[in-house]
Amino acid sequence: MDELLEKLSNARGVAGQEGEVRAILREALFEHVDELSVDSIGNLIARKKGSDTARSHRVMLAAHMDEVGGIVMRANSDGTLKFRSVGGLDPRILPGKRVRIGEEKAPGVILRAPHAARSGRRVMPISDLLIDTGGAGGIKPGDMITFESSYEEYGALLKGKSFDDRVGCYMLVELLKGAYPCELVGVFTVQEEIGLRGAGVAAYAVEPDAAVALEGTVADDLPRQQDISPTTELGKGPAISVMDRSAHADRRLVRILAETAAAHDIPWQFKQPGVGGTDVGSIHLARGGVPAVAVAVPCRYIHTPAALMDPADVKNTIRLVSNALSGPLGRPLRAEWSEE
Amino acid sequence: MTRDRQPPETDSFSLLKELSETPGVSGQEERIRACVSVHMAPLVDDLRTDTLGNLTGHKRGINPSGNKVMLAAHMDEIGLIVTRLEKGFLRFAPVGGVDLGALPAQEVTVHGRTELPGLIASRPPHVLTQQEREKPFTKAELFIDVGLSADALAESVSVGDFISVRQNAAELGNGQATGKALDNRVSVVVLLQALRLLQQRSHAWDIFAVVTVQEEIGLRGAVTAAFQTAPDVGIALDVTYAEQPGASAEEAMPMGGGPAIGLGPNLHPVLRELMVDAAERTEIPYSNEVLPGNSGTDAWAMQVSQSGVPTALISVPVRNMHTPAETVALKDIERSARLLAETICALPDDMSALALDSNG
Repeated sequence: MDELLEKLSNARGVAGQEGEVRAILREALFEHVDELSVDSIGNLIARKKGSDTARSHRVMLAAHMDEVGGIVMRANSDGTLKFRSVGGLDPRILPGKRVRIGEEKAPGVILRAPHAARSGRRVMPISDLLIDTGGAGGIKPGDMITFESSYEEYGALLKGKSFDDRVGCYMLVELLKGAYPCELVGVFTVQEEIGLRGAGVAAYAVEPDAAVALEGTVADDLPRQQDISPTTELGKGPAISVMDRSAHADRRLVRILAETAAAHDIPWQFKQPGVGGTDVGSIHLARGGVPAVAVAVPCRYIHTPAALMDPADVKNTIRLVSNALSGPLGRPLRAEWSEE
Repeated sequence: MTRDRQPPETDSFSLLKELSETPGVSGQEERIRACVSVHMAPLVDDLRTDTLGNLTGHKRGINPSGNKVMLAAHMDEIGLIVTRLEKGFLRFAPVGGVDLGALPAQEVTVHGRTELPGLIASRPPHVLTQQEREKPFTKAELFIDVGLSADALAESVSVGDFISVRQNAAELGNGQATGKALDNRVSVVVLLQALRLLQQRSHAWDIFAVVTVQEEIGLRGAVTAAFQTAPDVGIALDVTYAEQPGASAEEAMPMGGGPAIGLGPNLHPVLRELMVDAAERTEIPYSNEVLPGNSGTDAWAMQVSQSGVPTALISVPVRNMHTPAETVALKDIERSARLLAETICALPDDMSALALDSNG
């Protein structure tokens, strides 16, 4: 789809070690924004002045740079490593996976003892798993562990690791290339996967009038026996959150996005309430509170080495937010939504 | 036949990488056979493929007695097969002893009308209850996703199409390598490297180097190949469990400790002694692998072919058996190849030397 998306997906950066992603974004952004800065925790903040100088209205768009992964706890003398997850890794998918360790990207595999399946129907907790490097030197506690995976086209879809939330980073770069009436502050946050840590700090400093988190979110659209709501579905457009585990969205913003989608013939869907969380959880509680909403590209198999997403959903999410910024999102919100 | 060209690749890792990455699920060995064939052709006098798909390279010895040793290394790998198309996703069944616990989120290749990349799909933990998250996946919960619509999928994939694991081979630290299908591409490398060593050696016996099919689903290729070859001695080449956390200590062989020489009712004791002597004489480190019954290798089939064949087994220790993350110590491959070549050169002119009891 795009070279930048590929670079972002392949880049390695677990919470606290987002430098490689930040470097790619700086390179992609510097000629499109008025100001670029990095704060004390590592958020990359890109500011762009608005065309409407008569009115002051600042919109913050947030996408997180960190991905789920692991961290080396201890290097054993036999070449194996003890590790823990950084963010939510599913222990059921880990055995037998290829990983890369530390800045040198040393290859390793997550051990799976022969016939482990026969020794009882239980999931091995991450604390019981080991990575085998064969005995590569130079690995030390604190080194990051990422899945080995590479971006590629896959049928009609795109495959890669870390679409949560490198697709958000990609969309935010694309949106920052546009011109809008409002002041736009793009924040590439850190440490989302371990508790929305970066976004709160950034929202305090930026003091936005409204905020939108751009995400890659859970799609759960596999066939199954019972009729369960699918969370989100691929190909059905941007997923707007009304409520997840981290926040209730500002209903005015939800309505602005839904009406913008309708006006521009953009497909969209609600994300099934109650699942997951985003930087909105931190942003909406910054200072005295910030109206905020999350809009996301549905991704199957997020938090695994190979997530899938539909490029049409990416394009439509960019279109939706871009049109909203040029329209009602780019203007001060009414104190209360009038039902006319 | 004159050997006017050298084989294209002699480095064990490069050879292993090429063989590991070439698909060959039991029952669909065409591509791996073609790949092995390219490497074996310059090393043998004659090469042929039989009814089931076994590839046999015949390298003549110097003796006129006509003694034949059959070497068997299976080239097939465990995999999956499409059982149903469901709403744009694929249902599948295992081919061979697939470890389901290492499949979720693994990439695969679906060998349909074209080759399609796909992955083993499962519901994300975000939407599951705590109780559901603590249970390993069952086959009913897993699908394959190739990123196509239901209509496009039906045009490209049919029930019965094979699916192989999609994983490149890579070098780890300390001369170890990882990849899929190291069971048993490791032994195919052992076989090829031994044939290469034998180019410079004189050996009395005729060698029938057989790369067998369908081992993983019941040693089937070895059954017909052994019948057809009617060898005087059989040597099977396979992999075995390497020591690792979670492996039973008495069944696992040291990683990097050299070939494991099989010991038990499946293996001929005199032939085994000859192999052990060859290892001792040439200072090749080895370990003894005790196999109380069925070795689960082509040796099991060869031993009872026709009126019976004295059979030995050389196994290379491999970690994470039957997962996409098998690992091997490359020096174990090279030592196994040397042991095989030395054993072949030490085979006696007179078969009575292999008799179980000295009948005078």
